[in-house]
Amino acid sequence: MTYGACDVLNISVRRILLTLTLTLCTAWTHAGEWKSLLEDGIHDPAGPAIGILQQPAEALGILPPDVTGNKVRWRKALEDGYINPRASLAPDTRIRQLDTNILMRNTGDLPYVLFPHKPHTEWLDCSNCHERIFKSKTGATPMTMLAILNGQYCGQCHGAVAFPLTECGRCHSVPATEAGNAASVR
Amino acid sequence: MSSGNRFFNYRRPCAGLTLALMILGLTLASDDSRAEYGDIVINNFSEQAGMAPVIFPHWFHRIRYRCKVCHGDLGFQFQAGGNKIDMLKIIEGEYCGACHNGEVAWPVDNCNLCHSGKPGTPTQVHESTLQKLLVPAGGTGSTQGATKK
Repeated sequence: MTYGACDVLNISVRRILLTLTLTLCTAWTHAGEWKSLLEDGIHDPAGPAIGILQQPAEALGILPPDVTGNKVRWRKALEDGYINPRASLAPDTRIRQLDTNILMRNTGDLPYVLFPHKPHTEWLDCSNCHERIFKSKTGATPMTMLAILNGQYCGQCHGAVAFPLTECGRCHSVPATEAGNAASVR
Repeated sequence: MSSGNRFFNYRRPCAGLTLALMILGLTLASDDSRAEYGDIVINNFSEQAGMAPVIFPHWFHRIRYRCKVCHGDLGFQFQAGGNKIDMLKIIEGEYCGACHNGEVAWPVDNCNLCHSGKPGTPTQVHESTLQKLLVPAGGTGSTQGATKK
């Protein structure tokens, strides 16, 4: 199937509109400060927990700020030592980390996706993703944004606890023009 | 030939615009920014047993523990409500009970600190991207998207 000039224009306009919309949505939905547990809409305001549990603002307000999600740069908070979460409960748990990047080029006309193992393995164990969600072999896992938006693949965490899926540019971070002839695995 | 990016259906001339307007409209309509991103409501068995739903705050726990501790060592699935946790398992030291045993964190007799949800709140990932984009104003978060993870 081939597309004419009008089709290409329409696709571009639609893509710009969608990007603009997602950006607006992000700004709109994540504006403002942390809600207190009393008014967060899911805690029972009449329950005894309200006065006992830690308030989000108290814990999150001292961490590196972000504009979305918990409004915390969790990666920076960990890397810069703002927090030092335990990596295991048992002393004999093997801590595994990896420092390789994967460049995913099959991204349509969006910038390529650069996946960094290091920050992910700071938080997660290899077995959390491999082989259940992702094959270890680069390129062997067929992903689409539709599946990710539906909670599969990256969407198991991104869009639920890791930064939201409205942050397109944090994954689609390498313009094809800058990627050059770099290997898919760097 | 492949149809290219499946997120955009090129055969429908207004699909992109429609999707954009739909997302924007639903987002504006559902602006009721509430609980923290990643808060999990678990109501598999709670209200059937006469208890309030459980609220699990990811933000609180990830300051203290990396994801791998619960999602690796303790066996929590990446799906809200997907673990079929009950109090018997917790008392036996599984799931929450690995820490909430009076040694690492508060013991299980502090029922109301976990069972602290508003009555009628369904199992969900609160503030998830899908929930934000798809649940209409006043929605209960009971869509597939909201309960998917």
